[in-house]
Amino acid sequence: MITLNNITKSFDGLQVLKGISMTFEPGKTNLIIGQSGSGKTVLLKCLLGLHQIDGGTMYFNDRAFGDMVEEDKRTLRREMGMVFQGSALFDSMTVLENVMFPMQMLTKKSESEIKHAAEEVIARVNLENAYSKLPAELSGGMQKRVAIARAVVMKPKYLFCDEPNSGLDPKTAIVIDNLIREITQENNITTVINSHDMNSVMEIGDTILFLKDGVKAWEGSKELIFNTDNAAVNDFVYSSNLMKKIKQAHT
Amino acid sequence: MLRLVFVKPTKGKVMRKLIFKDIQDLIIGSLGIVAFLSFFVGGVVSIQTALNIENPLIPKNLVGFATRQSIILEFAPTFMSIILAGKVGSFITSSIGTMRVTEQIDALEVMGINSVNYLVFPKIISMLLLPIVINFSMFLGILGGYAATIYGGFSSSADFIEGIQLDFRPYHVVYAFIKTLVFAMVLATIPSYHGYYMKGGALEVGKAATVAFVWTSVVIIVLNYFITQMLLA
Repeated sequence: MITLNNITKSFDGLQVLKGISMTFEPGKTNLIIGQSGSGKTVLLKCLLGLHQIDGGTMYFNDRAFGDMVEEDKRTLRREMGMVFQGSALFDSMTVLENVMFPMQMLTKKSESEIKHAAEEVIARVNLENAYSKLPAELSGGMQKRVAIARAVVMKPKYLFCDEPNSGLDPKTAIVIDNLIREITQENNITTVINSHDMNSVMEIGDTILFLKDGVKAWEGSKELIFNTDNAAVNDFVYSSNLMKKIKQAHT
Repeated sequence: MLRLVFVKPTKGKVMRKLIFKDIQDLIIGSLGIVAFLSFFVGGVVSIQTALNIENPLIPKNLVGFATRQSIILEFAPTFMSIILAGKVGSFITSSIGTMRVTEQIDALEVMGINSVNYLVFPKIISMLLLPIVINFSMFLGILGGYAATIYGGFSSSADFIEGIQLDFRPYHVVYAFIKTLVFAMVLATIPSYHGYYMKGGALEVGKAATVAFVWTSVVIIVLNYFITQMLLA
């Protein structure tokens, strides 16, 4: 579980996060949604420790991030997996090498154990035929699946995904969404996904945090988001013609 | 940044692989251009020297002597390092810069890996082999000078060989290697810095590589002045 208490963050005097409080539960896919520039990526990078928060507290299963010494932070990071927006696969490594990489760097397992574990995870994301391919030889959806495999190979307690569907066609996007949700539930991971894709919200939004201009504007689930009276949420959710038509048909 | 290069090191087995890969990319991959440039520049140096000797009182072995001195003291260590600032430096900046742009460095950090050590340390170690490249450049430069002199008919083989042996001071080679090692550190660190701390997209990667080349060249030239002043004056 991750608990955020009144998180603030500024860049060059501009406050990007204005007192965010939220709880992300394990075994659930927790979505952070909002328009571009609303502070989603900054919040995610704060959770990862890539940005230092200015105020507030972050708890990772009751461990306060601010109280941790460097060694504890390093240990915590080893409990985290991250799927980057652009996948961030290592160009010079094959699929198998990319997935083996975190274990080679961070564990004392033998090479055969590492290879076996990596092959299992690659099979889980249905890429058995792509072991020896380089990232440049893969489609966007396949790259995302490798990124997911690399993120979960260390069996993380926390999984973070930055717009995992960006650049993917709707069908592949749903495959990726469902894969993330299945892995989250199978391993009881606390998953936090940064997204502005309404399809993802409808598919996997167990818990949704809606950010607007760095403020928590709404919190709820996918069932509640379509019936809320919150004007900011409605403005965001029903901004496309497709969603407007769905709403009209519904009402 | 330099402190981060040496703290929290990457696992030895992984680091060994990275070092061998960087030796392949930075050192072995540079041998072709170094050989080509050294041979022909050595040839041009000897032709220019020969063409400027009009006084019959000046011995013909001066061609070999001047070629050796130019190549060992300046061309091989300094100008080859500047040429490598273009080749190796741009490669380092653009490869690290691309990793920055595509969030690969963030991925390393999120995994709890010291990305500076992982990326920069193997490059520094690999570049410590630069004196071997410069040695190779010295040999081929003088060989190029010899070939141009003999086949151009500017001097005899005996005169050229006598010239390259004339008043030979091994300390000059030591001096060349000392400054090469200093330049190797510059070649590994300045481009790495510009790649690692770059911001922006693909266009900025190119700009960072250009800026890194300019700064590397400037620092090499300035350091060359001070090292020469300290070691030879």
